[in-house]
Amino acid sequence: MTTTTQPGTRAGLAVELTDLTRVYGSNRALDGLTLHLEPGELVCLLGPSGCGKTTALRILAGLDEATSGTVEVGGKDLTHTPANKRDMGMVFQAYSLFPHMTVLDNVAFGLKLRGVDKAQRSTKAGDMLDLVGLGVHKQKFASQLSGGQQQRVALARALAIEPSVLLLDEPLSALDAKVRVQLRDEIRRVQLDVGTTTLFVTHDQEEALAVADRVAVMNAGNIEQIGTPEELYTQPSSAFVANFVGLTNRVPGELRGGAVLVHGATLPLLGAAQPDGQVTALIRPENIEFAPDGLAATVVASSFLGNVRRTQVRLADDSVLSVQHDVSEHPQTGDGVFLRFKSHAISASPTPAIPSS
Amino acid sequence: MSAMTRKGPHPALRWSLLALFGIFFLTPLLSMADFSTRNLIQGGRTGQAWKNLFQDDALYSAILISLGLALFTVVLMLLVLVPTMIWVRLRTPWAKGMMEFLCLLPLTIPALVIVVGLKGVYDWVTYFLSYVGLGESALALTFVYVVLVLPYSYRALDSAMSAIDLKTLSEAARSLGASWTTTIMRVVVPNIWSGILSASFIAIAVVLGEYTIASLMGYTTLQVQIVAIGKADGTTSVAASLAVLLLGFVLLMVLSLFGGRGRRTGATEDPVAPAPSVPASLSPRPQPGGNNHP
Repeated sequence: MTTTTQPGTRAGLAVELTDLTRVYGSNRALDGLTLHLEPGELVCLLGPSGCGKTTALRILAGLDEATSGTVEVGGKDLTHTPANKRDMGMVFQAYSLFPHMTVLDNVAFGLKLRGVDKAQRSTKAGDMLDLVGLGVHKQKFASQLSGGQQQRVALARALAIEPSVLLLDEPLSALDAKVRVQLRDEIRRVQLDVGTTTLFVTHDQEEALAVADRVAVMNAGNIEQIGTPEELYTQPSSAFVANFVGLTNRVPGELRGGAVLVHGATLPLLGAAQPDGQVTALIRPENIEFAPDGLAATVVASSFLGNVRRTQVRLADDSVLSVQHDVSEHPQTGDGVFLRFKSHAISASPTPAIPSS
Repeated sequence: MSAMTRKGPHPALRWSLLALFGIFFLTPLLSMADFSTRNLIQGGRTGQAWKNLFQDDALYSAILISLGLALFTVVLMLLVLVPTMIWVRLRTPWAKGMMEFLCLLPLTIPALVIVVGLKGVYDWVTYFLSYVGLGESALALTFVYVVLVLPYSYRALDSAMSAIDLKTLSEAARSLGASWTTTIMRVVVPNIWSGILSASFIAIAVVLGEYTIASLMGYTTLQVQIVAIGKADGTTSVAASLAVLLLGFVLLMVLSLFGGRGRRTGATEDPVAPAPSVPASLSPRPQPGGNNHP
């Protein structure tokens, strides 16, 4: 996976969102959000619903206006520029193809508005459709395409105008799981191909980790942490991020002098120093393993996930932990096992902060 | 057969119902046709009543006035209603209830009250219209008629707009570089075309059927003229009434043919559409109340 920006064939533009605030009545949807996108970079805004990620994207698109703050693209201030003058390509969560036009006319629509002559825009639209693999469906209407195909056409339509920025507003959430994975890989391929700076909004952490150069995890109108997928997963800066990105066990523990004491094991603490006291430690399932001795537990259930196996075990205090391990081990329900915590640094939050679910 | 049970009533029942309603609706029309071609004095048939429609100058000009009124009412209604409704849906959804209430209000107000209420306003309307040479023209009724057709037209347009994802479609158009005018004309209007046709047709039907207000305000529209003629010349008056009904019928046919052709012709080529499509919006047509027909 890439940790740096991959340059595309065409240079994208840098995007600068500075101190964006959006207030709806008494609700602060965005609270001083600042975000920088490198030219050609794909950044995911990831967060639970209502965290402000879509609001941020809509403000960048010009479809919503910030209460305060500025939007700059390629060094130009676009804060008060109307949406139709911003030159951004957008793919929406809802199917957005114009139902009265053919697929080809849909893709050529933006070019037509830019005064490109008919022959030229047909060629260009055809090329874009080939790029997303729908060259043979040019003369069809949106109602004759599947959901995944419609979103691909929407992508081709957004890219046909050679936008300064590509905006993807949960483009995959209306699709079924298999198509979703295919299309997200395809979006990434096309994006690398054209090199357009891209902001991708999603609530699906797997999707974000898979496609993004960098992921910004949002919470309550601001960015909690931004970094490469690896950074977010291995070094979450807060309990919120650790909890939201990837699977996590919540284990009661005690923080003492920068290390967390959990069920007899001492694990180093990630992130900023915290005051000593009772904490909830957040431990990834892959950082717990079976051992010949150690913490005693009983197997509750075990599921085969292809390359790994994930087993639920119950401890003496009745709490349940998830353990990820090699498929060669076959724990059976009711088996007595022993657990050991690998000495990876972990996140922790002061105890009642995260209610157990 | 499964196909039969799935499609509802037995074909024989359907046909007999169709025949029953056909007789119910056609009998008055045929009677009118019969009466309007009778020679009441000498017996036998004559086309004189129908010739009078064009030879009687007063009637002919009344026909032109009513057609003009229908046209202006439709144009003004669409110009007022379509952009406003789009704006309310996209920008001020909280105002939708208020707008609906205002648009439906004319239904609840008797024609007489409208006339009395508007009389004062109309002195000013005629005063200003006289500057463009339309001071005494019955076309001034356009403004009342626009108000009068609001409830029906609003309903037709509203259901067409509900059938599409107006917000996403217009945002998509905007992000591709379309101005508001372009968005409305090239993206919204083609997709609510059936609603625009229904709204227009209903407006025409209401205008061609309105008698009370025109008569009370002293304008000579087709209906007022038909009633006037009816007092002296029964057959011509009936011929004119029938002509109006037929005109309405022909308009409906033309509009629905034209509307069917203009919209997404390709969508019908493939009967098995794989995707959840925007529902084809042949909006339900509310029937105008019949209390103001002559």
